[in-house]
Amino acid sequence: MRVFQFTEQPYPDAWIDHNGSLRVNLPNRKLDPVRAAELFHRYYDEWQLADELGLDIMLNEHHSTATCMSAACVIGLSVLSRITKRARLLVLGYPIANRPDPLRAAEELATIDVISRGRLEMGFVRGVPQEVAIANLNPVFQSDRFWEAHDFIMKALTSHDEPFNWESENYHYRQVNIWPRPYQQPHPPVWSTTGSTYTAKKLGTYGYVMATLGTGYDTRRLYNAYRQGYAEKRGGAAAPADRFAYLGLVAVGHTEEEARRRGELIATYPRTSSIVFAPFRNPPGYLSIEDNVRILKGEGKPRSYTKDGRVVEMATGSVQDLIDAGVMFCGTPDQVYNQIADFVEHCGGMGNLLMMGHAGPMSHEDTVENLTIFAQEVYPRLKEMRQPEAAAAAAQ
Amino acid sequence: MAAAAETRQIELSGVAVEVTERGKGRPLLLLHPGHPAGRIDPAARVVELLAQDTRVIAPTHPGFGMVPAPAKLTTIDDLAYLYLDLMEAMELRDCVVVGLSLGGWIAAEMAVKTTERLSHLVLVDAVGIKAGNRESRDIADIYAITDKQLAELVYADPQAMSRNVKALPEGDLVLMARAREATGRYAWTPYMHDPKLKGRLHRIQIPTLVLWGEADRVASPDYGRNYAAALPNAEFALVQGAGHFPHLEQPGALSRRIMDFVEGNAP
Repeated sequence: MRVFQFTEQPYPDAWIDHNGSLRVNLPNRKLDPVRAAELFHRYYDEWQLADELGLDIMLNEHHSTATCMSAACVIGLSVLSRITKRARLLVLGYPIANRPDPLRAAEELATIDVISRGRLEMGFVRGVPQEVAIANLNPVFQSDRFWEAHDFIMKALTSHDEPFNWESENYHYRQVNIWPRPYQQPHPPVWSTTGSTYTAKKLGTYGYVMATLGTGYDTRRLYNAYRQGYAEKRGGAAAPADRFAYLGLVAVGHTEEEARRRGELIATYPRTSSIVFAPFRNPPGYLSIEDNVRILKGEGKPRSYTKDGRVVEMATGSVQDLIDAGVMFCGTPDQVYNQIADFVEHCGGMGNLLMMGHAGPMSHEDTVENLTIFAQEVYPRLKEMRQPEAAAAAAQ
Repeated sequence: MAAAAETRQIELSGVAVEVTERGKGRPLLLLHPGHPAGRIDPAARVVELLAQDTRVIAPTHPGFGMVPAPAKLTTIDDLAYLYLDLMEAMELRDCVVVGLSLGGWIAAEMAVKTTERLSHLVLVDAVGIKAGNRESRDIADIYAITDKQLAELVYADPQAMSRNVKALPEGDLVLMARAREATGRYAWTPYMHDPKLKGRLHRIQIPTLVLWGEADRVASPDYGRNYAAALPNAEFALVQGAGHFPHLEQPGALSRRIMDFVEGNAP
């Protein structure tokens, strides 16, 4: 198993006094640029530590929000390409359908792959609904645009002999010929995320690495849809565990008490990430008609379940609830290892843990401890852990 | 009392359109608004009143109602061509085109292309033009506010127009959700307008009436006056006791104003 250290690079000082919305419409006056600089440098220091500890690195982007200061993932990737030595650099992800210019995205990604000497892992995502208000590109066609931007970027990264033409309703280019071309051949590995079985199956046909977040003990349903798509395209071949990734909140300590204290700090992520003025969470066409009818009726749609089928609300659940739901792995190194091993068993194999090892107001000291204990006392065992047999996992 | 409305599907170059017809006489093409009003109920009072003197033809824009929008229909301009095709297919002549809000935008886009089959144009709280400067928001961002806040902008009397959404039948909720999505489909960006439209309005030489709910807080009466000023042959009038949707709040006054205009009676 590989483990990627992830933080949203938050600005937690603004999490008080937000008037019900941490995203889109929280005035940026609430950010002190001097404090933001301190935080950015600290987060990069912690990723350098992760690199030294043998962990890989994941970063993302969100817009107009105090939950994540990384508004352009290429900036973080650029810095990390230069200041880290060995870690894989996973962006999960790049919201390519929210950018008007996929050529620019292809150029950025290829350049980062070259500067990092082939360490880029390239995650493309549709992005959360509240990003739509900022991008202002039509959400009704976002899914189509996502796949077209994907097709375009992949062609741009893999075409080397002459400029090509691309003219569609969405994008217009006549001389596509990116310099530099990517370091990894034919292209950096591709990742994506989903919460739907339809998209999971589609990602399976591509064979991309698929990640889910907050799906807990409902993850297997999505993985199985992926396995189905993967097998159909490859004469029944089973999808190996390295095609699957899961974002887990991780809090580890020498004692259970210490781990729980860190767990409370990490739990600030699910408790704040959905604080956004409600209309921005539901741009037209992002959610299905069925989901919108549910919203009109005032009904929710549960996402996280415990092993025995109990629904857990990520935004309000206790640390114990989050542990029960497989959303957080928290405890002593033994406990955390056992929780992860149990979860991997549920998934029928999962080869990439996207570890949120820092969140919210967690201090530098706590973060260093959390990463160090994990890397030294949990990770070696995870690397040795046997994944369930792929073929058996696909059959179930 | 006019006969009951009849609804059928018409196929135009591979695009299915649901069309409601009611009444006899000169044709009146009635183009419905977007979210939150959506398609016009065939049994609506405004249809009944207009059908006393005209043949009301009320299509449902693909994506609204239950007929899906084909992939090729993505803009208001596409709908304008679709309804020019519809007028041709139905062989309409001397037609009154009445457009409500988003439907007014479609009507204006049709009329700048050709008024060959039109006698009169009526724009009611129409969106579609950029009136102010780049930093002024001419039209309220209906997707950035709650349903309750939206009702306060839309109606002169939000209290009277309020309803318990949760208690509505499932089918009505589906139509509401589809209207909200379809409005985004056609009008997300540029938001509720075509940057080119205002500069083309001089082409509409036929008699035009611009009606505006006096309490419209989605697009203000001043926006409507700006619209009327760009039209060479237009008069502007307010509808009392109405907000953005006079056809829902003042169907009587609205249909009277329209018929007086069409029949040449002084207000």
